[in-house]
Amino acid sequence: MAQFVLPINSRIKKGKTFKAEGATNVKRFNIYRWDPDSGENPRIDTYEVDLDTCGPMVLDAVIKIKDEMDSTLSFRRSCREGICGSCAMNIDGTNTLACTKAIDEIKGDVNIYPLPHMKVVKDLIPEMTHFYAQYASIKPWIQTQTPPPPDSERLQSKEERARLDGLYECILCACCSTSCPSYWWNGDRYLGPAILLQAYRWIVDSRDEVTGERLDALEDPFKLYRCHTIMNCTRTCPKGLNPAKAIAEIKKLMVVRR
Amino acid sequence: MSLRTPLGRAHGLGSAKDGTHHWWVMRLSSIALVPLMLWLIFSLATLAGTGYEATLAWAAKPLNTVLLILGVGVMFHHIRMGLQTVIEDYVHSEGKKFTVLIAMTFLTWLLAIIGIVAILRIAFGS
Repeated sequence: MAQFVLPINSRIKKGKTFKAEGATNVKRFNIYRWDPDSGENPRIDTYEVDLDTCGPMVLDAVIKIKDEMDSTLSFRRSCREGICGSCAMNIDGTNTLACTKAIDEIKGDVNIYPLPHMKVVKDLIPEMTHFYAQYASIKPWIQTQTPPPPDSERLQSKEERARLDGLYECILCACCSTSCPSYWWNGDRYLGPAILLQAYRWIVDSRDEVTGERLDALEDPFKLYRCHTIMNCTRTCPKGLNPAKAIAEIKKLMVVRR
Repeated sequence: MSLRTPLGRAHGLGSAKDGTHHWWVMRLSSIALVPLMLWLIFSLATLAGTGYEATLAWAAKPLNTVLLILGVGVMFHHIRMGLQTVIEDYVHSEGKKFTVLIAMTFLTWLLAIIGIVAILRIAFGS
């Protein structure tokens, strides 16, 4: 059965508090901490951050905490401008990118957890292996029989290219998939919104020649049809994309081709 | 412990090439149930207070008999498919899942047939 209560060794305890001495403009960051080497339960550490000496985004604060307050805090980050997807985490109850989430958008304390229902490697770092393997499983590359025209690229009309808008922008941060209850309960078999949006990106690509095989591979009660249009994916997408609509389009194509 | 590669695990047993029929029939039955249930609620509201004999006479009219049977049939079909989805979502041990699915299928068929036979008995006055 689906689990609704955390196992004993996953229950979160209260951790340490790090004070911001002498600061007047203070924001409290409550951050999930778990160290696999310690053998202890996860805990919430509280960091009081001086906003007068901190950048505007949540990632700025998290980096400041690691630099100046507690170097043991672990998290992923790279581009700091919302294009790499590394710093996806659950901030203020919503999955989003720490680098594009402004601190002043959040009322009260800032609560930060790793992406929900993923195995945790350490602190805010989720285990992404299965997610990436699912991405590889949909063969996210162009497949053709027709050889490319000599000395030129494969052409698309402007309308054909426009069909990729709202799809190609996906950065695979996994915010949507890890916000989806269906992915929580059946993520071993359900592909989840991110991977299905990517699959649709290749299904509607006019240059690709294996659309039917792509649909065949998705036509499955678990891989595709665990989507029950809960819509958390679209609500949470930090890039403003609509994975739920992409999944609905796949389902429509499944009916059309019968 | 398994040394299977992540991609092997992600592929699993592959696509069942199934699910579209289930999805489509769920949509069709939802659409059919909208007028059927509106008709039923409206009819029951007008029947309220008219008594047992009047209600039997109403159900025995051919059009009402047909619509009642249709309503019961479509509704239990919809319920069976909906419960199947719920069970597949939440019951994860394969043995338990199949046991519950089979029990649920038998029960919904039984209830549907009971309902339809009851309507037919009223219609044909036995």
